Amino acid sequence: MYFLKRLVVAVPLLLVISALAFALVHLAPGGPFDRERAPASPEIERNLKAKYHLDEPIWKQYCRYLGDLAHGDFGVSLKYRNHTVNDIIAQGLPVSLLLGALAFGFAMGIGLPLGFFTAARRGRWQDFTGSFLALLAVCVPGFVVAPLLILAFAIKLKWLPVALWASPWHMILPVSALGLYFAGKIARLTREGMLNAAQSEFVTAARAKGLAENALLFKHVFRIAVLPVVSYSGPMLADLLTGSFIIENIFQIPGIGVFLVNSSLNRDYTVVVGLSLLYAIVLIALNLAVDFAYTWLDPRVKYE
Amino acid sequence: MVFSERARRFFPRARFCFFAAVFFLLAGPFFGCTPHEPPADITIINGAEPESLDPAIITGQPEFRIVIGLFEGLTRLDPRTARPIPGLAKSWEISPDGLVYTFHLRTNLVWSTGEPITADDVVYSWIRSLNPATAADYAGQLFYLKNAEDFNAGKIKDAAQVGVRALDKFTVRAELTHPTAFFLDLCAFPTLYVVPRQTIEKYGDRWLMVRPLPSSGPYELVAWRLNDKVRLRKNPRYWDAANTQSEIIDLLPINSPATALNLYQSGQVDIAWDKNVIPVELLDVLLRRPDFHVFNFLGSYFIRCNVTRKPFDDPRVRRALALAVDKNRIVKKILKAGEQTAAHLVPDGTANYLPPDGLDYNPDLAKQLLAEAGYPGGKGFPRLDYIFDTVKVDEDIAVELQQMWRDTLGIDMELRGLEWKVYLGSLDRLDYDLARSSWVGDYNDPQTFLGMFISGDGNNRTGWKNPSYDALISAANDEPDLTKRAQIFRQAETLLVKDEVPVIPLFFYVGVNYFDTNRIQGVYQNILDDHPLQSIRKIKLLK
Repeated sequence: MYFLKRLVVAVPLLLVISALAFALVHLAPGGPFDRERAPASPEIERNLKAKYHLDEPIWKQYCRYLGDLAHGDFGVSLKYRNHTVNDIIAQGLPVSLLLGALAFGFAMGIGLPLGFFTAARRGRWQDFTGSFLALLAVCVPGFVVAPLLILAFAIKLKWLPVALWASPWHMILPVSALGLYFAGKIARLTREGMLNAAQSEFVTAARAKGLAENALLFKHVFRIAVLPVVSYSGPMLADLLTGSFIIENIFQIPGIGVFLVNSSLNRDYTVVVGLSLLYAIVLIALNLAVDFAYTWLDPRVKYE
Repeated sequence: MVFSERARRFFPRARFCFFAAVFFLLAGPFFGCTPHEPPADITIINGAEPESLDPAIITGQPEFRIVIGLFEGLTRLDPRTARPIPGLAKSWEISPDGLVYTFHLRTNLVWSTGEPITADDVVYSWIRSLNPATAADYAGQLFYLKNAEDFNAGKIKDAAQVGVRALDKFTVRAELTHPTAFFLDLCAFPTLYVVPRQTIEKYGDRWLMVRPLPSSGPYELVAWRLNDKVRLRKNPRYWDAANTQSEIIDLLPINSPATALNLYQSGQVDIAWDKNVIPVELLDVLLRRPDFHVFNFLGSYFIRCNVTRKPFDDPRVRRALALAVDKNRIVKKILKAGEQTAAHLVPDGTANYLPPDGLDYNPDLAKQLLAEAGYPGGKGFPRLDYIFDTVKVDEDIAVELQQMWRDTLGIDMELRGLEWKVYLGSLDRLDYDLARSSWVGDYNDPQTFLGMFISGDGNNRTGWKNPSYDALISAANDEPDLTKRAQIFRQAETLLVKDEVPVIPLFFYVGVNYFDTNRIQGVYQNILDDHPLQSIRKIKLLK
């Protein structure tokens, strides 16, 4: 019931988001057809606006947009006039999903063990080294990591391609560059979680009962310790799956992240609103999934 | 109701689903997800993702450089000089007054899908670009035809009244309002390309997604994937297919200059020919290499003065500002690609023209003029407001100007970096004192630079109105004799850049591209920086 309610609430939420995105992008100065060169006559601009209904009052435009949306039509891009927003999503989203999912796997695959390991070796040199690496990963932004990775593995060592998105080999560098920050973040969250959980009473009790340290850490502490990671992974996955502007730009990956950013610079109204909605849907779905995962991981959490 | 119990029962299956999903995501690219395409003969970095490939709609150079391969006009560009040569039309006659053009089409023209191309297709394509429903930004390129502007504005509904007509299957007659010296250049411009009527009428705005797409040019469109690539294959039915040099050409949209250079260095691309894919920070190093090519380009960088505001309504002030700019310093210190300083607006080397002398760097005269205008040593001069779009180069130039005007004239300037669309809005509303500006010629003729400064033109954007200037431009456009026409334009430009100075030219852009001349042939440097695709080929190395 609870999750059903959440789903029902999501609909008006999406409506509000679409209205806000629609209003904000229309409020921004300039329009999609403003160019450095003005057209040869004012009528040309009038024709353009008429074709895409930009000459109508904004509430009417919004109603028209909602009407199309009800049919699953996100409208035509005003910048890429041969493409619909549906085209852009259909072509870009699978690429961003793949990149994001792989980066998520990378972040989890490195972050969780590292966090566990540093917590288990708390205060020793392994902890310091590991925590330092995690901190470094969090602090160095993608636009620094990516060129460094390219320089090392593509240009100097020539092991991997410098850019583009054609084969699994092409994916290694962008996935690492994108996932590294999150790996560091997860390692830190896991470590914190482990240390907090280790102070719980049930751990003391278990230890008093004579449970082996390793079993204790794996079976009991870790399970509670990953909870902050789980709640963080919802928004993180939403971020990863909807594409990264910087990584897609540097590696020239045909994903959706570039559109998400450029569309607002281009005042590409339909694309801005369409992609905002897409992002919202992904975010809502993943947050729901996180709450669901909570009930599974932590018996103390119940939703009525 | 307790969810955790149910969730626990549910999750073993969920875990399986999760791992299955991850497996398929990982395995996807290995099996079948990547389209298996043969390698291209030539791979070119083409700049930004094309906004469209519809010749009537496109406005930018990255789009032009693709569409030039897909469709053709009555004339086409000579790959070496970018001057118009016979295209779909094999010959033409021009009436002595320069107002009537009669084009004779080749008789062996067919679409890449096999149907014949006729004079009706030409008329259809031109009318389509003018049709208000097409909403073509560049419809103005056809306003030289009789009644074209009124038809585009919806004042004339009957397309038959527009000055283009098919006399028979292979003859097209165009009637112009003025003798237009560059009309043959325009015939090679995308807005006037010949496009497939049946496909467009059947599929509307989605017509470019149709495969096979009928093309009238040397190449067919095989694939167009957003931010990935445009792939072209030789059109064997093109009238001049025997001279098309390469079978498959890939044009990649690349946004980052560093990525472009990396791809080139690692041998994955053969040519990079958009200025936006040259890493500016490395220019002085790169330009010393033999595979980097710099050439004159039909573009100017200049400053607009808002003459509706005091004290810029005084030509002496504007001249003083112009004379106080050491353009050499800007070119040498900031740009470094071998740009030429500009004392006039129309670039050197523009066809049908010889530009006048403008104002050179002369700080003493500048000080004197400013004093005459009532601001000796800059005393009493209001703080001026300079707008530019937030691009590194433009900001550097703004800072340099700020310093020059402070040092020479004692004028303080405030820099206002604006986001692109906001900047365009400020230009349009005349919400500035001075504004960074640039212009790239639409065709190779002085009219494309000088025509925009007539009173009230949408591109004037300075508030400057001068009846003698308007009269000169109008007279030049009525003059069929090219030499006399050039002289009239010269007079007009003198007024613009030497006497009245609503604009202060700074420098002329250069074109930059890179490719190894030992491996690639058929890319020529010309003032339009246009490169017809059919002449490009890779040299096969002899073993």
